[in-house]
Amino acid sequence: MALLELRDVTYIYGDNTPFRSVAVDHVSLSIEEGEYIGVIGHTGSGKSTLIQQFNGLLRPTSGQVLLRGKDIWAEPKKIRSVRFAVGMVFQYPEHQLFEETVLRDIAFGPKNMGLSEQEAEERARAAAGFVGLREELLEKSPFELSGGEKRRVAIAGVIAMDPDVLILDEPTAGLDPSGRNLLLNQIEKYHQERKNTVLLVSHSMEDIAKAADRLLVMNHGKVELFEDTKSVFLKEEQLEKIGLRVPQITKIMRSLYDRGIPVDPGALTVDEAIDALVPLLKGGERR
Amino acid sequence: MIRDITLGQFVPGKSILHRIDPRVKLLLTFLVIVFLFVAGNFISMGLMVAFVLLAMILSGVSLRLYLKSMKAILFIVIFTSLLNLFYGSGEPLVQLGFLKITLDGILRAAYISLRIICLVFISSVLTFTTSPTDLTDALERLMKPLRYIKVPVHEIAMMMTIALRFVPTLLEETDKIMSAQKARGADLESGGIFQRIRALVPILIPLFVSAFRRAYDLAMAMECRCYHGGDGRTKMKQLHLRSHDYTIIAVTICVCAGVILINIFLPGMV
Repeated sequence: MALLELRDVTYIYGDNTPFRSVAVDHVSLSIEEGEYIGVIGHTGSGKSTLIQQFNGLLRPTSGQVLLRGKDIWAEPKKIRSVRFAVGMVFQYPEHQLFEETVLRDIAFGPKNMGLSEQEAEERARAAAGFVGLREELLEKSPFELSGGEKRRVAIAGVIAMDPDVLILDEPTAGLDPSGRNLLLNQIEKYHQERKNTVLLVSHSMEDIAKAADRLLVMNHGKVELFEDTKSVFLKEEQLEKIGLRVPQITKIMRSLYDRGIPVDPGALTVDEAIDALVPLLKGGERR
Repeated sequence: MIRDITLGQFVPGKSILHRIDPRVKLLLTFLVIVFLFVAGNFISMGLMVAFVLLAMILSGVSLRLYLKSMKAILFIVIFTSLLNLFYGSGEPLVQLGFLKITLDGILRAAYISLRIICLVFISSVLTFTTSPTDLTDALERLMKPLRYIKVPVHEIAMMMTIALRFVPTLLEETDKIMSAQKARGADLESGGIFQRIRALVPILIPLFVSAFRRAYDLAMAMECRCYHGGDGRTKMKQLHLRSHDYTIIAVTICVCAGVILINIFLPGMV
């Protein structure tokens, strides 16, 4: 059974008004346990609206959202329990911090789940460890931290709920390159240790290529592609038509391949490319 | 949601009312509101109603939007007309215990409701056809003489413009923060009044923080463009009265004169 499933989901903003716009258009898809999925799409392609269906922040205009086979809207009053199982980190999540100390802010989610003070604090400390927050920061005010640290606190606040699905909407936006890499590595590590499902929305094809097993490509509210990362990035022309591109290194490898050099045209990371190119350069042979 | 309120919203358009000088619109609206209270009987009121309807038609804004703007104050209309309904003098038509309804009461109620409805409609005509920037611009110019008694007119107008500009931005921000806290399991919908107030803390604190951040950014951006208050500042849009402005002023004054004449020659209908 699929962990998360959308059945013919449509979401319309401002239905019955002059500003009516269809953000998600008859989407059906299913996501298995333990997958790491990248979500890409042009601005306005419906990515953000789509991911908010998964944890019941938006209720589909029509269609069903199933979590472990159960319709999440079967009992609208219990929608909060869905939000604990499907954790969501919004864009610029550092703007949502409010507590007096970092620790208490991270513990906000667990406390809402009805855990005791002590359990909530334990969860918060564990989550802070996952995102690499130093111990001495935990008693500070979140407003004293740097931008990157704030971002980590906010992400820890969602991880602390220990969700089965973790959705991240552009978690690296506005971070410097080393901050990006660090954060992505921490998410990757968390994913491998916790073995949960991760959905990562990003505009950076490089980030996506490094992390995701499968890619969900959105275009005008519809699913354009939902395949292995490699096979998506082999469809360069189709991606360019909808305003997306492939990682730069994939582009280079592709053009090398087109010139007759025997490399994998679907290489996704620089490391992969180096592994393919170094022996070729040492051997100096040509096809 | 909060965004559904149409009272005070600008509807872009090209009607004659959109094009006339905002100063003229502002002053005439004020005049019409005064004369809605001067109108002393049903005939003069009828004249005012006709004038308001004409303005609504000329504005080219759909009737639905006007009716929607009524929704916000419907309660006040019903409340005041009910009060007046039971406070009429004369022979009771219907007696309900200690409450009595008289012909005088019914007329009074109808009269008062008409007055309030016209009041809302004519102010809606003003806000629907005038963009907030034009409106504050007009206010600034009209208040200019106050500068001589050391009122910082330009600063007040600039503050109003900024406040109006940030209303939608802050609404959007509130929406976002609410979603983020709901995703962390914040419960905003259940519980008693104190629980609900406490549940607002995780929304209000981030909202204040972001409002201050935006204020600092805006101040910085304004200084970068060498803003230093109103002294020596020229206007991009120079306002001049043109022939259609004079026409509308003349029509409105005729209607107001008509109201006074009717009040004098046909008094005491209500």
